[in-house]
Amino acid sequence: MHAIALDSKYSVPTVAIHTNVFEKAVQSVTRMHGMPQARYTFVPQPVMGKTAAQLRAYVDGKSPISGRPVMQEVIEGLTRPAEGDHLKEIKFERTTPRLVDSDTDDNLHRLFLENNWTDKLPIVLPTEKRVAAMLAHTSRKPDEVAGHLRSNQFRQHWEFTVEKVAVNAVMAGARPEYFPVILALAASGVSARGSTTSSMAAMVVVNGPIRNEIGMNSGTGAMAPYNHANATIGRAYGLLSQNLQGGSIPGDSYMGSQGNGYAYGSVTFAENEERSPWAPFHVQHGFKPTDSTVSIFTGCRSTAFTLGVREKYWPEHVRNMLRGMDAHSAPTFLLDPIAARQYIDRGGFDTKEKMIEWVYENALMPAGEYWDYQLIQNYIYPRATFGEEPYASKLKAAPDEMIKMFKPDEIHIVVVGGETNGYWRIMGCNYQKTVSVDEWR
Amino acid sequence: MADDTNGTQKIAVLDPVGFPPKIAPKPMAPRLESLDGKKIYLVDPRFDDSGLFLRQVQDWFTERMPSVKTELVEMSSVYTKDDPKTWEMIKANGDGAIIGVGH
Repeated sequence: MHAIALDSKYSVPTVAIHTNVFEKAVQSVTRMHGMPQARYTFVPQPVMGKTAAQLRAYVDGKSPISGRPVMQEVIEGLTRPAEGDHLKEIKFERTTPRLVDSDTDDNLHRLFLENNWTDKLPIVLPTEKRVAAMLAHTSRKPDEVAGHLRSNQFRQHWEFTVEKVAVNAVMAGARPEYFPVILALAASGVSARGSTTSSMAAMVVVNGPIRNEIGMNSGTGAMAPYNHANATIGRAYGLLSQNLQGGSIPGDSYMGSQGNGYAYGSVTFAENEERSPWAPFHVQHGFKPTDSTVSIFTGCRSTAFTLGVREKYWPEHVRNMLRGMDAHSAPTFLLDPIAARQYIDRGGFDTKEKMIEWVYENALMPAGEYWDYQLIQNYIYPRATFGEEPYASKLKAAPDEMIKMFKPDEIHIVVVGGETNGYWRIMGCNYQKTVSVDEWR
Repeated sequence: MADDTNGTQKIAVLDPVGFPPKIAPKPMAPRLESLDGKKIYLVDPRFDDSGLFLRQVQDWFTERMPSVKTELVEMSSVYTKDDPKTWEMIKANGDGAIIGVGH
C-alpha cells in the first residue's frame, strides 16, 4: 500500500519486500489499487525473532515464491521498465448481479459453499420471497445504499444496498423482525471479518427496548448458542461482513494465522439492563434509555475469567487477570449481575465509571516488560517515539517503574448473565462505536 | 419457477455479494537506468523486526554494490498510517525506495 503510493503518487521507483505467506494478499491489494504491475519480492516467513545472521541469509537467498535471488528482484524492480500492458489485466467496470443463475436447491447450496459466501455451515437460500419478507421490516428502500465495508485499512471499501444486507440476513437464518439490528451493524462501517494476522473477532452488545421486542437473551447462556436472535444476528453480521466487503478468504483476504471461534457468532448478546446495578452501556455513550442501539467491539481474542469478587484479595486477583491480558488489548469486563453487585460491595463502585477508574489505576506493568511486547512495539512504540501522549511519557519510565497498561476510555463494563453464579470475565477487545437501531426500523 | 427450495425444480435466489469499487489504474514511476551513484531509501514500517531486516539489506548494498548510497528511515508512526512527510522527503532527496518487511 505505502509502496504503491510512493511509486505512483510521488513518482519514486519503489520495491516492496513481503514474506511469502502474503503472496495472494499482495496480488489482491495491488490489483484492487490499480497497480498490478507494482514491484515486489518475497522472503520467508517469519522475520520476527530471527537473528541478524538469519535475516542476512534471507537477503542473500532466493524468493520462496519465484525461486530467483531476492536482491536480483529488488534491483530489477527499481531499474526494469514495465513489460507489456498490465493494466489490461484489470476489470475496471464490474457489477455484481442481483440474482445468481437459477438452479436446484442442492446445486445452489454447493455454489454458495464453493464461492466462499458462507461460514461453511448450511445457510438458508435467499429467495425473492424470503428477502422480501426481510425487507418488510424496515422503512428503508431496497436499493438505498446502506453502507461501505472493507476488511482492513489497506483494502478499498465495497458498497452495498439495503437489499444486499437482507440477502445475507436471510442466509444466516434471521427472522425479519431482527432486520433493523442487522442493518445497523452493516451500516456501522465496522467489519466483523477484519483481516489481521492476529485473528480478531467482533463482539456485539445490544441495548434498549429492541432487546425484548425481538426476544434477545441477556440472562442465562446469553453468550452461548441458546437464543435464536442472539445467534442469527451475530451470524448475519459475520456473513454480511465477508460478502459485502469483497470476501474473507484465508491467504487472500483473511490473514488470521490461527483463526478465532468467536467469529462464528461475533459474541452477540443483550446487556442485562433489568438486573444491572448500573447505567446501561448505551446510556454511558450518549443515548437515552429508550433508544435501541448496538455497540460493536473488535479485536476479541483474549479472555480471562474467575468466580466472584473475594473479600480479602480481590484487588490482587483482578490485577493478576489484567497482567495476564495482552498489553495491547484493553479490558472489557463482562459481569454477571451477581459479580457486578459484589464489585459495589467490595470496592464501593456505585457507578461503572468509578470501577473503570480503579481498573485504570491498577492495571500496571513494569515499563521494560510493557515496551518489550511485540504488539506494543508494532503499534504503540512508534507513536510514543513521535511524541503522542500518554505513550511518550510512558517511554520515559525506567524499566522497573510500574506504568499504566491502558487508557481510561479503553476500559469498559457490560453486565450479562443469568445469576446462576457470580462468574465474570474480561474480554480483551477494542470498543469501536455505538449506533442507533431505531434509524433502521 | 417456484419461489421455494423444495424438490428438484430450479429456483431463483439473490446474489449476496456487495459492489466492488471502480478501480482507477495508477502509473508506475519511471524506472532508473542504473543504480550506480543513486540514493536508495530503505523504509522501515516498524513492524515485527523489520528494521533489523533492512539493516541486512543495507549491509548487502555496502558489500556488493558500494556505489549505491542507502539510508535507513523509519516511518513516522505505525505502519497503518500514511506518512506523506516521509514520502516527500524521499522524493526530494532520493532516487528510489525499498519498503519492508510488513510480515
